[in-house]
Amino acid sequence: MDALIEKLKGQIIEQLNLAEVKPEEINPDSPLFGDGLGLDSIDALELIVLLEKHYGIKIEDPKDGKTIFQSLRTMAEYIKANGKS
Amino acid sequence: MNNIISYAHIKNNSVSINGTPVFSSEKNATLPEFLSEAYKSMEISYPKFHKMDLQCKLGFLCTEFALQNTAFISENDLTKTAIVISNSASSLQTDKLHQHSIDDKTNYFPSPAVFVYTLPNISIGELAIRHKVTGENAFFVSKKFDAHLLVNYTELVLHDNASSAICGWVEVDDTAYEAFIFLVETKNNTNKNTIFKPLNQLVVTQIYNQT
Amino acid sequence: MVFASYNNIISGLGFSTDENYNAILNSELAVKKTILPFSIETFCVAKIDETLLKNRFSSIENTDYYTKLEQLSILSIQDVMAQSGVNPADEKTLLIYSTTKGNIDLLEKNNFSAIDKNRIYLWSFANVLQQHFNFKHTPVVLSNACISGLLAIIIAKRYIESGAYNNVIVCGGDILSEFTLSGFKSFNALSNEPSKPFDTNRVGINLGEAVSTILITNNKELAKPYEAQIISGFSANDANHISGPSRTGDGLFQCLNQLNVTNKTDIGFISAHGTATPFNDEMESIAIERAELSGVPVNSLKGYYGHTLGAAGVLETILSLESLKNQTLIKSEGFESLGVSGKISVIDSFEKKSFQSFIKTASGFGGCNAAALFSKI
Repeated sequence: MDALIEKLKGQIIEQLNLAEVKPEEINPDSPLFGDGLGLDSIDALELIVLLEKHYGIKIEDPKDGKTIFQSLRTMAEYIKANGKS
Repeated sequence: MNNIISYAHIKNNSVSINGTPVFSSEKNATLPEFLSEAYKSMEISYPKFHKMDLQCKLGFLCTEFALQNTAFISENDLTKTAIVISNSASSLQTDKLHQHSIDDKTNYFPSPAVFVYTLPNISIGELAIRHKVTGENAFFVSKKFDAHLLVNYTELVLHDNASSAICGWVEVDDTAYEAFIFLVETKNNTNKNTIFKPLNQLVVTQIYNQT
Repeated sequence: MVFASYNNIISGLGFSTDENYNAILNSELAVKKTILPFSIETFCVAKIDETLLKNRFSSIENTDYYTKLEQLSILSIQDVMAQSGVNPADEKTLLIYSTTKGNIDLLEKNNFSAIDKNRIYLWSFANVLQQHFNFKHTPVVLSNACISGLLAIIIAKRYIESGAYNNVIVCGGDILSEFTLSGFKSFNALSNEPSKPFDTNRVGINLGEAVSTILITNNKELAKPYEAQIISGFSANDANHISGPSRTGDGLFQCLNQLNVTNKTDIGFISAHGTATPFNDEMESIAIERAELSGVPVNSLKGYYGHTLGAAGVLETILSLESLKNQTLIKSEGFESLGVSGKISVIDSFEKKSFQSFIKTASGFGGCNAAALFSKI
């Protein structure tokens, strides 16, 4: 799980162009949205693309994103449960 | 009386403000490298910058340079500040990125963060958000830098519904790029750091060709 | 005074304004569930019949040398030139073209072998129109997202008031493309059913294609079709987010507030942007309430046409002028029960009404908004 979380940190920083954020600054249990990383509605949609592109997971209803993308850990757990790789 | 109070020009990996060179990168630096270095040189923190496409980054930086040492943002009523930008290629570079993401049906990943930049006026939106400017908008597309089009329309908008304006040209194409931003005010500014040049086609052509 | 004059609409509902207006009076929809050549999925979109287009255009020029948008634009502008008799070569005549994506289909591989790929440049596309009609001046091209059409009309008014031109032809157009469909789909903004602006069950937009043209003029003789003038029109930016509309309707409120409405009871209706996305319609309702226009009935024409992007502002202004001329409020198609929090009243059936003026609004990506007030002379 920890390895997956570390991998996700890198992928999120790259996909969402968070150039001023360092991986160690992201707490796996902090909320991804809201104040934390300053992510917005476009980032939420990009995370859906990220899951499909890197993990072959298709989220049909973007409303599910709210629970999946609560934190890095919830995201990693979702990938573990649903991912192909 | 409409006056140009400051302008900035970015091309060939160098930046000038009011005709004076202020920053440059190596000649062979790529546009993304140059933009990144120019951003660092400004010593600002604006995380949204890194999410922008090249055209928005270029327009953003050129405007930051034009605003440097002016009181344009603090002294003007930003609900009456117009943003009038033009270019030749619209958002073509980002259009190609988006098209590329859908060309191959076996590798089909259109990205919302790319698609949103396939409209040239997003660069106006980025400036509006950065500086809380809520006035009139217009994005024109012309073959080349067209001083007549820009000056003429800026005058009309200043006459009808604006007291200041951020104007210019922000172009990114296959092989070349260029940004030229000038700031216009209708009131008599007392700030000693600013220049005063009347807004007309001749002056804009002159300062555009100056560097 | 600046008048709104002769015009044309080409859409899935016809090749003239009359055909379009009569079709919507009969509650015909341009949006339909369609299988498009590039996808196995079904999209709910508004398309222009390609055989009809080919038949019409081939009587003027060889279809091989013109893109779809060029063909549509030439047909639409030609109709307005013929009706109005305005001379394109005149010193005081200008063409403004409003589009978001122009000839975007030229980016697709192996498309249009006989056509210069450079016409992907919007100015080059406009140059084709200039050459065809022999316009004296280089056309002004405006690409300001979804407010382009309405903003072009406002800019035309400014040009005329300055004395620079007497007649400005405003043409707005965009085609349906895989480019825009895939993009809006990635935004999860598309509805698979005909869209339902302002309704509780609205889920998103339909994309549509259309080209619309209107003459804006200071020549009183050319005011004949509607005897209507543009009183005022402005744009404003939310300065909030590049794709999400302001939660408080700031930019649209700023536009509406400036219109200088002297007598609200004269205003028959507001032709809203009404794309049927949850956030857009919500924002509009809040801005309308903030501008104290809750008492004015509202419609959106997106239920008939979908979102026609660069054409939308022109097309919807023309149909609103028809509404004014016929003193008939147009039903907001797809609406059943109010699903926005701002206090507005949505027009749920065609209705005869005596009124003097209407407001047209538009909002778009990049945080832009526009509003204009049109009135009988």
